Amino acid sequence: MSEKKVYKKFIKDIQEEQRSEKICQSIEEAIKKSGLKDGMTISFHHAFRGGDKVLNLVMDIIAKMGFKDLTLASSSLASVHDELITHIKNKVVTNIYTSGLRSALGEAISYGLLDKPVQIHSHGGRVHLLQSGELQIDVAFIGVPSIDRFGNASGYKGRSRCGSLGYAMSDAQYAKYVIALSESLEPYPNMPASISQDQVDSIVLVEEVGDPSKIGEGATRMTTNPKELLLARRTARVIEHSGLFKNGYSLQTGTGGASLATTIFLSERMEEKNIKASFGLGGITGTMVYMLKRGLIDKLLDVQSFDEFAAKSLGENPNHIEISANEYANPSSKGAAIKQLDVVVLSALEIDINFNVNVITGSKGLLRGASGGHSDTAAEAKLAIIVAPLTRGRIPTVRSRVNAIVTPGESVDVYVSDQGIAVHPRNVELKKRLIKAGLTIVDIEDLHKRAIAICGQPQKIKHTDKVVAQIRYRDGSVIDEIKQLVK
Amino acid sequence: MADITSCGHAGTLESSDVLIHIEPSQDIEINLISSVEELYGDDIKALVLEVLEKMNIKAVKVDINDKGALDYVIKARLQTAILRALEDGDKPDWSLL
Repeated sequence: MSEKKVYKKFIKDIQEEQRSEKICQSIEEAIKKSGLKDGMTISFHHAFRGGDKVLNLVMDIIAKMGFKDLTLASSSLASVHDELITHIKNKVVTNIYTSGLRSALGEAISYGLLDKPVQIHSHGGRVHLLQSGELQIDVAFIGVPSIDRFGNASGYKGRSRCGSLGYAMSDAQYAKYVIALSESLEPYPNMPASISQDQVDSIVLVEEVGDPSKIGEGATRMTTNPKELLLARRTARVIEHSGLFKNGYSLQTGTGGASLATTIFLSERMEEKNIKASFGLGGITGTMVYMLKRGLIDKLLDVQSFDEFAAKSLGENPNHIEISANEYANPSSKGAAIKQLDVVVLSALEIDINFNVNVITGSKGLLRGASGGHSDTAAEAKLAIIVAPLTRGRIPTVRSRVNAIVTPGESVDVYVSDQGIAVHPRNVELKKRLIKAGLTIVDIEDLHKRAIAICGQPQKIKHTDKVVAQIRYRDGSVIDEIKQLVK
Repeated sequence: MADITSCGHAGTLESSDVLIHIEPSQDIEINLISSVEELYGDDIKALVLEVLEKMNIKAVKVDINDKGALDYVIKARLQTAILRALEDGDKPDWSLL
């Protein structure tokens, strides 16, 4: 038995300043307090996506302070983070965990900028890595639109509203030290809070945490492209005749032209047939908010708000609910919402004849995408639909083997192209239903042949033997590896 | 053999199109810029050579700025550029094309 501590008398003398002692005067001060050392792991979240102003700001200060050999674990990275190239060259950052990689940073890493392979995780898989202990965040830097002096933070108040802080919530839960950066100090208590006072160690007030107008980065614009509208109409018909389209069904659609348009077409059918959805999940757009307002959806479960309409609605509508990445998609969570999901509509950069999907590398093999919730939702939704045109310009979408597997074919149910719909051979019943509904069902091998007949067989992308990225499946396993491109 | 004695061009820089410019040269010279060069560069050069051979052109400089055009588009643009550069009496044997 361990010896019990003996009570010691203390002098009660509470000063008003103590109530604000979490507030640091500078980022440097907060970093010093955190005890950050070379070789440790730091994290960021991506609620502001392309409009993020925190990561670059903090990384510049960390570099100036002389830290080296850090592991950077950002829930995702956008084109605004190309400045990281300098920090990687200077060995400030030597290891990266992220869901997405794009633009100049993605290109540089594709050509071997980092010695250690980047770990590409899904949104649910990140929380699994945090829970399993592989990913241990020493210091989390969390940009939040509003906060109080004790650390209660939310994303739907303040000047730069990003809406849901779903990814930050899971980071805050697991990080050893949490530094919250905010631009708007609210009176205590700033509740209800997404990040709670008992999770925050230090607070720094900065000029700007992010630009909400750049969250969507065009991803939430309604399309007028006839090919995308055709894809959307077909996808809506697949859902309508899937056998799942009844009162109380649930739905997740991503961003991007065809996906958004699907939601619109589906709304029309729901109104005609008097069908209401029980919930809409995932990254939430204004289109989903519109469905909530029209009474077509009962509740929105929002891990990431994709536009200002979603961010506003999250703060105002009690049926628009913020959820963490753990509640959203973690496979080892006690309850991830995707396990209650009926239909998910997903995109693809490439799909192969075994229905494997690539959403991380482009046609030339460059890292230019994100794993996101793709593999999580595909695995758990009753109906996972991949929507992508058969060809993009001269680039065939359907391949004999995708360049990199993010989502394995065994979790995909249907591929909708502009030249026919392919159903995974496992779904015998679904295929019958869709044929009965008058939809054109084709073999995915035939779609592949057709794509190659139009475009020609593309030359093989040249790789070295060096692995530049490992794609981690949601359970932490390595599902595929990406090799260094040859210049 | 048909001689290329003047310049000719055809096409646009729109996505999925190709802009082709040809001019007189001592031998066959192909300069290719393509948005799909890594994937189809060799195919495009082979196609250009095939079209030139069928039109019996032994010397020409071909500048190609390709925006992901499909083969038949590239072929048609190249033929048109050549026809525009040929003398009136120098029309090709259509049955060979």
